[in-house]
Amino acid sequence: MPLYLVRFVQMHESFRKAELEALAELAGVEIEFVSYQKDSPFCIVSLPSDAAACTIISRAIISHAIYELWGQGTDYPSLHTSVKETSSHLWAQYATTPFRFAIDSFQGHVPNAAQTKLIESFSYLSFRGPIRMRDAPLHLRIFEHYPFGSPTPSHLYLGRFLASSGRAAKTTYDLKQRHYISTTSMDAELALVTANMGLAAPGKLFYDPFMGTGGFPLACAHFGASVWGSDIDGRTLRGTAGVSSIQAKREYEAGKGIKRDVLGNFRQYGLLGNYLGGIVSDITNSPLRGCGAGGAGQGGKEQGAWLDGIVCDPPYGVREGLRVLGTREKLTDQERDTHADRYKEAAYIPPKRPYSFTALLADILAFASDTLVENGRLSMWMPTANDEDYDLAIPSHPSLQIVSVCVQPFSKWSRRLLTYRRLPRTEVTGNGEESMDAVKKNENGEEVYVRPRADDLNDFRRKYFQGFREGQQKDTQQTSSCPKPEESTQTI
Amino acid sequence: MKILTLNFLTCARKLCKSSNTAFPLHPQDAELEIVEQDMNVEFLRNILPRLMWEELSGVVGELGLPALPPTVPTLESLTEKKLKAAENDPTGMNVVEVEVPSQVALDLHRLLLETCVKEGKLVCGSCGHEYQVREGIANFLLPGHLV
Repeated sequence: MPLYLVRFVQMHESFRKAELEALAELAGVEIEFVSYQKDSPFCIVSLPSDAAACTIISRAIISHAIYELWGQGTDYPSLHTSVKETSSHLWAQYATTPFRFAIDSFQGHVPNAAQTKLIESFSYLSFRGPIRMRDAPLHLRIFEHYPFGSPTPSHLYLGRFLASSGRAAKTTYDLKQRHYISTTSMDAELALVTANMGLAAPGKLFYDPFMGTGGFPLACAHFGASVWGSDIDGRTLRGTAGVSSIQAKREYEAGKGIKRDVLGNFRQYGLLGNYLGGIVSDITNSPLRGCGAGGAGQGGKEQGAWLDGIVCDPPYGVREGLRVLGTREKLTDQERDTHADRYKEAAYIPPKRPYSFTALLADILAFASDTLVENGRLSMWMPTANDEDYDLAIPSHPSLQIVSVCVQPFSKWSRRLLTYRRLPRTEVTGNGEESMDAVKKNENGEEVYVRPRADDLNDFRRKYFQGFREGQQKDTQQTSSCPKPEESTQTI
Repeated sequence: MKILTLNFLTCARKLCKSSNTAFPLHPQDAELEIVEQDMNVEFLRNILPRLMWEELSGVVGELGLPALPPTVPTLESLTEKKLKAAENDPTGMNVVEVEVPSQVALDLHRLLLETCVKEGKLVCGSCGHEYQVREGIANFLLPGHLV
């Protein structure tokens, strides 16, 4: 198979390969990584054809473009030798084509004066066509990779430009330009990558159980999927002019503000045709067909397995509280009667209780297992501490196979994008694990309420607010930063 | 909320999950509206085998909408071939054959994706709980005594 050079973006390193692999699977194309280094934006892959290369790259977000590889080397003499060996049969067809030559240096620089000389050293290609700097049919590019701090490049490549990536969408969907966002909206680039990992494509049905202002559904809709979702907080779906915000609604009706809601976001990007709507619901008591019934037909007559993909960023319990329906303590009969009497009133708010993050992850996997079609994908974010001691295990489910784990590191914690594939029903063995929820069943099968605080249920949240340090270290810091009692008296 | 989504929703109560009458939810006092949307045959083709047709027919009847055909339309019936004047041909003499959505697909699209419940409630046939739909968004949060 011919070789191609992918010009990656030098960030989100652990996502880059996984994204291309997902796109190759979506296109039904075989991809093989010939050389890939974490610290290099140049990657050599083998693909069946130019057409396959263009298809794959057209949707890639963490890449810039793909090139047909004409040669590679560790210095210029070896590059020239390689170019002559591998690509001499290609030169003739471009003999009179308008062309462009460019240089792409990573962690280094070729002075302007030296650039012309460098390009002229390739004169043996004997192109006689006119030079055209914009939209030239033949666009050759020299790639230089300088090791950090080194004056000379360690890897050199020559490639013929084939196609640009879909990275422009990152700017189109930029949160700064979006009408309606919230504090925990995922940045556009990673939301689009998530949609790629989930294999969102025209005709498919995607769902986000924690949609908020709809960032992930928007990204999936950009790639042509039909989307819908839910959120436990109806106010985020209804937006500022929804019934929940009286003041915003009045302003909107008086012709002052504009309506900012999820639907408006889809309207902004011209994707209304891909939006099926949002519902207010909770993942532990989801109204989706077939969920909670253990998949197809085990419970009632309703059938599961009808979603092509699930994309989500569940609440970590830090910036966005982690709550589900229910009460902290078991309701007394009198309280139950009150709820039963008053739940139809417009001002009624269903009670919610804190929930375990681990249990939530397990619930999402069970939900995905019930609702996904065979080979449907779940792409989900989860946070973890960088320190191995506090590392949260990657959740697993017998009917879901992990496809990729991509890590976005922050200073003290990181978050992972986990992608799972729903195994065909025939390949599944074993059952799901038991519930890790705070409401446990005792030996007699009665529900026991342990009344936990949010911190007790969520290791990640606790470590986050401890600054990922041991208790002692934190104490010493606090004492040193606080003024001593005597000093403070003096200043008063 | 679109009629299509009604075919994917059931009662949120865990007790109703094993009941045969919890699906589909029955719309009541429903105020319907038509929201025009672009035709997407590919999506229809993908989603058609996943619909529970009998239940969909039931809901359509309850809403007083035109009845559905008794059996699920075949995937082939969603498109038909039509002759169309070729592009870039000023004479109009040359025609090309193109695939266009059939009347079956247009009707399904109208019903499933353009007909929406704006206000009203959805009632579970098993426990009788009513879920409110306001401004096209249904609320499936269960009150304290039902969780």
